[in-house]
Amino acid sequence: MTTLTRTLTDTQVVAKRNLLKIVRVPEILVAVLISPIMFVLLFAYVFGGAIDPGDGTSYREFLIPGIFAQTVVFGATFTGAGIAEDMQKGIIDRFRSLPMSQSAVLAGRTLSDVVYNVLSLLIMALTGLLVGWRVRGSLLDAAAAFGLLLVFAYAVSWIMALVGVLVPSVEVINNASFIVIMPLTFVSNAFVPLDSFPPALRVFVEWNPVSTLTQACRELFGNTNPAAPVSDAWSMQNPALYTLICVVVILVVFAPLAIARYRRTSR
Amino acid sequence: MTTTIEAHGLVKRYGAVEALRGLDLEVPEGTVLALLGPNGAGKTTAVRILTTLLRPDEGTATVAGADVLREPEEVRRRIGLSGQSAAVDENLTGAENLEMIGRLYGFRRRRAVDRARELLDGFDLSDAGNRPAKTYSGGMRRRLDLACALVATPRVVVLDEPTTGLDPRSRLQMWDVIAGLVRTGTTVLLTTQYLEEADRLADDIVVIDHGRAIAHGTADALKAQVGGERVELVVADAADREAARAALAAVAGGDEVHDGATERSLSVAVQDGARSLRRVLDRLETDGVRVLDVGLRRPTLDDVFLTLTGRTAEDADASGPPPGGGADEERDLVPARPDAAGEVAR
Repeated sequence: MTTLTRTLTDTQVVAKRNLLKIVRVPEILVAVLISPIMFVLLFAYVFGGAIDPGDGTSYREFLIPGIFAQTVVFGATFTGAGIAEDMQKGIIDRFRSLPMSQSAVLAGRTLSDVVYNVLSLLIMALTGLLVGWRVRGSLLDAAAAFGLLLVFAYAVSWIMALVGVLVPSVEVINNASFIVIMPLTFVSNAFVPLDSFPPALRVFVEWNPVSTLTQACRELFGNTNPAAPVSDAWSMQNPALYTLICVVVILVVFAPLAIARYRRTSR
Repeated sequence: MTTTIEAHGLVKRYGAVEALRGLDLEVPEGTVLALLGPNGAGKTTAVRILTTLLRPDEGTATVAGADVLREPEEVRRRIGLSGQSAAVDENLTGAENLEMIGRLYGFRRRRAVDRARELLDGFDLSDAGNRPAKTYSGGMRRRLDLACALVATPRVVVLDEPTTGLDPRSRLQMWDVIAGLVRTGTTVLLTTQYLEEADRLADDIVVIDHGRAIAHGTADALKAQVGGERVELVVADAADREAARAALAAVAGGDEVHDGATERSLSVAVQDGARSLRRVLDRLETDGVRVLDVGLRRPTLDDVFLTLTGRTAEDADASGPPPGGGADEERDLVPARPDAAGEVAR
């Protein structure tokens, strides 16, 4: 067997093992799916009246793509927690004592988490439709938006995979990821319009890939008002392209780092 | 006879702590070596180095003809690891665990499924094969763990404390399983805290303390040195102590009578346990000495350590360098033998 097919087979075996856990511990699935619903309803009904995006669309339409982006980024914590748990329980040592592909454990984990993200996007889209969100562009564009959300989430999974092999326990993961993920998602245009930020933060918001991901989704779903002012930063002018560049950069940097760290790791 | 596991001068440091301080090991093909020592002696560190999970700071090792540092992948192909260093996935069923491992060894799906069924049958787990491993008892889980190590029928199996934490019945069952494995000619490296386990399963025993081998020999050689079984005695009246000492001295198997934890307790190493016990009791009966408690005790790791280092294994647990020749009050009773390793070593 060539190295590549070996890696693919092993990755698939590990991903299948991770997914079996959903079947055996359905509580996890419920938790993963309930939080996006909660976010949609919370923002739509609690803040919905108070926050005006200022571009003429209703807050819910503005909000839903932001919720999508935020949730898939938060979902990456799950990747880190899964890896940290495996490390703690010693199953990683079993894997590392096998003549399997050394990248398959992490690749399998990030792959199985794509399935989680597909499920949570599905649930969120349905909830969104119930509260008044609509796809106003073509279905092809909408599919592209979901695709972009999934590849971005996949890239962030690799960041959290690195965190997962670095931290000593599952408990640390949640705190560690908060430090990274909270600013990324909240200092973005996911929940509030860009011009509500003070100028100093605005540059960060404009180049924050969570913002450009949100912006790209809004454009692809047709949830923006063409009359509303748009940032003239290059990233916000070409949000999908910029987001894809970020995906590539994150993968190129973090996947090798995480795998190298995994290979050297020991309790 | 070829050597299947060979390690020279293994050193591993964690900051200022030296987990291994120049460990040498040699396991001939088809034999069982037990690495015997207390918690923190360096057993697991040695296992992790030999199974490629950890890189030593110094030293070399080959396992089944492959160098652990230069050809780790080749080593992994030829070994199976089980015990506290590895784990089963408790959310998967027994069959799923074994199939997954077969697939990761590169088996095709069909072969992985067949091999899993074979192992479940062989380890008395076929009824539980389709239940998640988290529903298994401790003994079943250990058997599944061992089965996981055997999926690829490896030439070398490493068992890291395979029975620690098991109840006596499960332990006996596990011993039978391991003995069966040994009969098939597999080379086994076993770590344990139990002298009885090493005695029962191993051809050779290396006693390890503070990251270094302090004795090496057959189980018989080690037991002969430690003194085999002991008769332990507690008299009702401290005044009868000397009479009891004389009774014990009469059956002593070479070693002197030891004072026990209290001033009324004594013990001595004997050769023929049951007969010695009867003779001691007969004589005390004749002398009119009232006995509060009496028993035969098999030597434990503590006895091995007391004999070899003058310290108990629990003292060895505490980190820090070993004291020069053991605690003073113990030295008269059990002479510390700094050259003990030389005596038993071949």
